[in-house]
Amino acid sequence: MMAIKRGSLYVVLILIALLLFFPIIYAFLVSFMSTKEVLMGHLIPKSFSLTNYIDAFQALPLLHSLINSMLVSIITTIGQIIVCSLAAYAFVFIEFRGRQFLFFLFVSTMMIPWEASIIPNFVTVQKLGWINHYAALTIPFFATAFGTFLLRQHFKTIPKELHEASRMAGLGHLTFFLKVVMPVSKTSLVTLGIYCFLTTWNSYLWPLLVTTDERSRTAQIGLRQLHAQENVTQWGVVMAGVVIVAIPTLLVLFLGQKHLQKGLMDGAVK
Amino acid sequence: MAMENPTSTGKVPSLNMPYRTFWEKTRPIQVAILFLLPSLILFSVFVFYPLFRTIYLSFFLTNQKGLPTVFVGFDNFIQLFQSADFLQSIEATFLFVLYTVPASVVISLFLALLANEKLKGIHFFRTIFASSLGVSVAAASVTWLFIFNPTMGVLNRMISFFGIPEINWLADPHWALLAVSITTIWLNLGFSFLIILGGLQNIDQSLYESSSIDGAGYFYQLRRITIPMLSPTLFFIMTVSLINAFQTFGQIDLLTGGGPGQTTNLMVYAIYKDAFVNFNFGKASAEVVILFLLILIVTLLQFKFVEKKVHYQ
Repeated sequence: MMAIKRGSLYVVLILIALLLFFPIIYAFLVSFMSTKEVLMGHLIPKSFSLTNYIDAFQALPLLHSLINSMLVSIITTIGQIIVCSLAAYAFVFIEFRGRQFLFFLFVSTMMIPWEASIIPNFVTVQKLGWINHYAALTIPFFATAFGTFLLRQHFKTIPKELHEASRMAGLGHLTFFLKVVMPVSKTSLVTLGIYCFLTTWNSYLWPLLVTTDERSRTAQIGLRQLHAQENVTQWGVVMAGVVIVAIPTLLVLFLGQKHLQKGLMDGAVK
Repeated sequence: MAMENPTSTGKVPSLNMPYRTFWEKTRPIQVAILFLLPSLILFSVFVFYPLFRTIYLSFFLTNQKGLPTVFVGFDNFIQLFQSADFLQSIEATFLFVLYTVPASVVISLFLALLANEKLKGIHFFRTIFASSLGVSVAAASVTWLFIFNPTMGVLNRMISFFGIPEINWLADPHWALLAVSITTIWLNLGFSFLIILGGLQNIDQSLYESSSIDGAGYFYQLRRITIPMLSPTLFFIMTVSLINAFQTFGQIDLLTGGGPGQTTNLMVYAIYKDAFVNFNFGKASAEVVILFLLILIVTLLQFKFVEKKVHYQ
């Protein structure tokens, strides 16, 4: 009885996994097909030649847009970790008048969708001369309510005695923050980092608005252009582009999944 | 760390100190402001100012540069509610929410329950189930664009195998919104699955053990223990999915461009076109204000009616 139950569970798991992972496998397979194979509707390519990948890199400055995406995601991740952890520290370890109110104000920004502010933000970024610069793609995302909230929840678990002891020893807030709080919070910092990297790498609307020349495009917008350029004829090349753009985030997800899940849950539950 | 007797160290500020200058008294808030300054500046420039600016712009006609020219009061709003296109866009948005949110939550719950079984190799399946979280809107949309392709795509080949005639998924007004919804549900699954699985793993195992002794079956436990204990997580994921669905843009831009016949012209896409293709910032701002209010109302209703059913420990 147990064996039957276990066996059928595996069958269900495998079927569902195939179904869910199918789009990714499909993109991968099509990326190796010649135009003729695509037209005939094959499912498995005859050979795994890299022609489509070479074509994808030649059709567009795809390599350049990948570097852009990588740098933008890394800068945003580091910036967000610094800005949010500073704010979270103030909310947990410094007692000041109006703390509750300010925290409420911060959290309330979670209710405001980013889309609600794109029109004035576009004008602001234009006035600052940030169009086509990394600044436009990174700086507006350094401060987030989500990041502050997640880190605050973790900082709250640090024993207050540790803080008192460090004050007795004459340590200032900044030293305590850098030498004690940051090192013991590595887990949630990594969680926030992974989450931030994924969302920045995958963002679409804002990069579409604030980049106009090819050299400052991110990979997602590069993919949009590749699709517009090659759509009708070269599906293999477009799929090669999809695979190239998806690999970095899939890797980050596979390596950091346990971490991400644990960290996000701790934030949501506590 | 050397622990001295606190009363003997003069450094520790004490409330009994007789003379304290204003500077000393407000010391905590000064330090706090320093720590909060980067966030405060960024929030002011990129969140609070734009919010008020958008509301302000929605009462004006604007020129090509997006600067307000003539104050028109509620005219932008009145015109929007009289425009068939905009009403259609609201309708499409609500339909899209209805198609995607319940389905995403139910399917991810099902996946999470499956992946929570203690089996060998279950970590592999968890990774696969979460994988769409690692795929961007752009990459997913382009892939599904090909899956939906009427002649070459795998979907039509599969249904023709069963003798069903070809469907022009993205160009047929009956199917387009559904096709976009399928893509979106697939994209949502990874994140919702991970969160719900985390919620399942946080449930106290002893609850199951004691009910097993009482002879309770799987579905009884599911109804009486799992779902109630999981309800805060389910509520969280519902709220997040709901807000995300209202903000959908990338799928529309790549899959349908709002067509056919405006059937997939969701609100954020309509806003994008009015603001950045037609450069009508006044009208677009009014649309943003309406979208924001809709999200606010739906979220509040969610909190008022659905949260009652949530079981907090």
